[in-house]
Amino acid sequence: MGLMLPWTWFFLGYGIIPLSTGTLYDKVWELHRVAELPGGQTQLFIGLHLIHEVTSPQAFAMLKEQSLRVRHPERTVATVDHIVPTTDQGRPLADPLAEAMLSALEKNCADHGLRLYGFDSGRQGIVHVIAPELGLSQPGMTIACGDSHTSTHGAFGAIAFGIGTTQVRDVLASQSLALDKLKVRRISIHGSLAPGVFAKDVALHVIRRLGVKSGVGYAYEFSGSCVAAMAMEERMTLCNMAIEAGARCGYVNPDQVCFDYLRHRPCAPSGAAWRRAVTWWRSLASDGDAVYDDQVTMDAGEIAPTVTWGITPAQAMAVDEIIPAPNQLPPGERPLAQEAYRYMDLQPGEPIAGTPVDVCFIGSCTNGRLSDLRDAALVVKGRQVADGMKAFVVPGSQQVAWAAEEEGLDAVFAQAGFEWRRPGCSMCLAMNPDRLEGRQLSASSSNRNFKGRQGSASGRTLLMSPAMVAAAAISGVVTDVRTLLGNAEDTRTGPVE
Amino acid sequence: MTPAPITLVEGRGIALQGHDIDTDRIIPARFLKSISFAGLGNHVFADDRAATGGCHPFDRPEHQGARMLVVNRNFGCGSSREHAPQALRRWGITAVIGESFAEIFASNCLALGMPCLRGEAGAIGEIQQLIQEQPGVDFCLPLATSTLHGLDRHWPLMMESGPQTMLLSGCWDATGLLLSHGDELRRTALRLPYFHNFASTR
Ligand code: SF4
Repeated sequence: MGLMLPWTWFFLGYGIIPLSTGTLYDKVWELHRVAELPGGQTQLFIGLHLIHEVTSPQAFAMLKEQSLRVRHPERTVATVDHIVPTTDQGRPLADPLAEAMLSALEKNCADHGLRLYGFDSGRQGIVHVIAPELGLSQPGMTIACGDSHTSTHGAFGAIAFGIGTTQVRDVLASQSLALDKLKVRRISIHGSLAPGVFAKDVALHVIRRLGVKSGVGYAYEFSGSCVAAMAMEERMTLCNMAIEAGARCGYVNPDQVCFDYLRHRPCAPSGAAWRRAVTWWRSLASDGDAVYDDQVTMDAGEIAPTVTWGITPAQAMAVDEIIPAPNQLPPGERPLAQEAYRYMDLQPGEPIAGTPVDVCFIGSCTNGRLSDLRDAALVVKGRQVADGMKAFVVPGSQQVAWAAEEEGLDAVFAQAGFEWRRPGCSMCLAMNPDRLEGRQLSASSSNRNFKGRQGSASGRTLLMSPAMVAAAAISGVVTDVRTLLGNAEDTRTGPVE
Repeated sequence: MTPAPITLVEGRGIALQGHDIDTDRIIPARFLKSISFAGLGNHVFADDRAATGGCHPFDRPEHQGARMLVVNRNFGCGSSREHAPQALRRWGITAVIGESFAEIFASNCLALGMPCLRGEAGAIGEIQQLIQEQPGVDFCLPLATSTLHGLDRHWPLMMESGPQTMLLSGCWDATGLLLSHGDELRRTALRLPYFHNFASTR
C-alpha cells in the first residue's frame, strides 16, 4: 500500500531494536522482512511453523528430493488432528491410510528433529487449539501452517495465515516465505452481546454482512469495545472465521486479556523474560493514528444467534428470521442462493427455526475449546437429546478434554445422550470415520457448510454456535437457544455448577 | 534446481460456471488421505461429477485434453489444500482464468507454475460462452501481455506484476531464492526478541 514507515527505536532492556509505526500488521511485517524479491514480493521470516499429517508429507518428500534440511527445527511444531479417529485411538489406527499418514508424520519429525505432540504426549489436539494452549502462539509472531484456519492465532496479535504444501516446504527449508503484503481493514464492533449470543454469532454476522470474498487481499483487524471485552477463546473463534470472509489473516491487538491468558503457559516466557516480553508485546498494538485501507463499524447489540441456511458461511441469518427470498438478495448472489435452496432443500420465505436436524456436532478449531463446551453444557444440563438424534462432542485437544472431565462436563453431556469423544478435527471435515450419511442435515459448531464438507457428497450443514447446536440436539430442530437459557444472567462465562 | 520460465500457455478451454467454488469441491477431503499427490487428477470435482451423472464439464468428451480452465468469482475459496491445484494440474489444466481467486489458492497455483489470470465479468462470460459453443477452439495466452487470443478475438486479462515476473523469469519456485538470503535470514532472526526467548543479552 506504499506506506513509508518512519523508524523509531524501541528500548527492550538488552538493546535497542527498530520499531516501525502504524498498524500491528505493519509493525510485524517490517520486523520480519528479510528481503525484497525480484518479482516484487517480500521474503518474510516465519516465527512459528505448525504442521499436521495432511499437508506436510508431500513437503517433506520435496525436501528430500532437493536434498534440503530443516533450517530451524526448533521453530516447527507438529501434531496429528485431521485423520484421527475419535473413538479408538489405539495403534495401529483401524484405517490403514490414516495409519500411514500418522506414521509418515512420526518418521518425518524424528528424521528432522521436530517436536511432535502425538497421542501419548497428553497435549495432542487440533493444531489451532494446542498451539495457543501451550503458549506457542504469541503476540508479534508470524505464524504459518498448512491449514487455512491458521488465522485463529491472530487472536494473540500475531500475523498468522494458512499456506499450501509447497510453501510448507519453503518454511521448512528457509524459515521464510515469499509473500505479498496485505491491506488492512479495521472491523470495529461496539457494544455488548446479548445473552445467548456468542463469538461464533459475531463471526457469522461479520461474514454475512461483508461476504465471503470481501477479505481477499486484506488482513482483518478486529477491534471495538465488544472485541476488547471478549476472552481469548472468543477472540480465537472470531479470528478463526476471518478466512471464511476471504481474509487470509485476522487479528486482535494484544492487551492485558491476552497477557493474562499466556502467563504460565508451558511455552510462554517466564521470570524477567516475561516482563520484557509484555513490554514488547504492548508496543506492537496498532497506533492510535495508524492508517487503515478500509474501516467498517458494527453494532454488537444488533447481533442475534445466527445460523447458516446455504452452502457458504455468508448465507447466514438470525435464527428468528425467515430464509431470504431471491429478490431480497443482491442480483449477483441470486444464482448461488438458488443453488443453495436446491441443495439444502430449504424454502425461501420459511423460518429456519423448526427445521429438523439429524446430527449434532460440537467441536472443531472454531468451537472445540473449554468455554465452548461450557456454553453448550449449560444448555444441555438436565435435559435429554431428542429421540433419534445423533449428538456428539469432540474436545479440541487432550488438555480441553481433561479440563472438561475435571469439571464434569463429560458427564453432563453423557447423561443428556451425547457421545463424549477423543480429540481431533472429526466431522468438521470428516477425514476420519465421523461423517454424515446421505442427505443428513447437521447442526455443527464448525466453520464450513460447503457442499459435501462433512463426508457425504449430499450431506447438509447448518453452522451455528455450540450453544445453538446444543439447543438443536435437545429440541430435534433448529431452535433459538435464548428460549432454553431462561434468564441466566451472563451465559458466556464460568463453569457449569 | 531452477524451474523453467513460463511464457506461453496454449490449448483448448474448459468453462466451469459458478461463484465461490471451494477447494472441498475441487477435491473432496477423502482424497487427501495419502502421503503423495499422485492420482489426484482422477478425482478432481469427484462429488460434483457424480451428482451430474457424466454431464459435468470435466466429464464431457469434447473437453478432454483442455488446458485452460475458465471460472467465475472467488474460485478456490476455503481450505488451503494444495491438493486442489495439484488435482487440476494432474487432470491437465495449465492455467486458470477467472473473475477472481481466493488468495491461498492463487499462491498455491503459482508455486506449481500454474498462472491465475483475472478478467472482467463480461470478458469471462464471453470466453465461457465461446468454449461452450465451440469447444474445439484453441486459445493462446502469452503471459508477457496477459492477453487471451482465440478465434481472432482478444481479451485483456490481469495478473499482478509479482507472479507475472516470477513466471516469466522462471523463479516461481521460490525455495532457491529464499535460501540464497542466508545472511539476511540470520539478521532478521537476531532482531526478533522472541527468537532468543526475550533473553536480556544476546
Ligand atoms: S477443525 Fe476443521 S477447520 Fe479446524 S483444522 Fe481441523 S479440519 Fe481444519
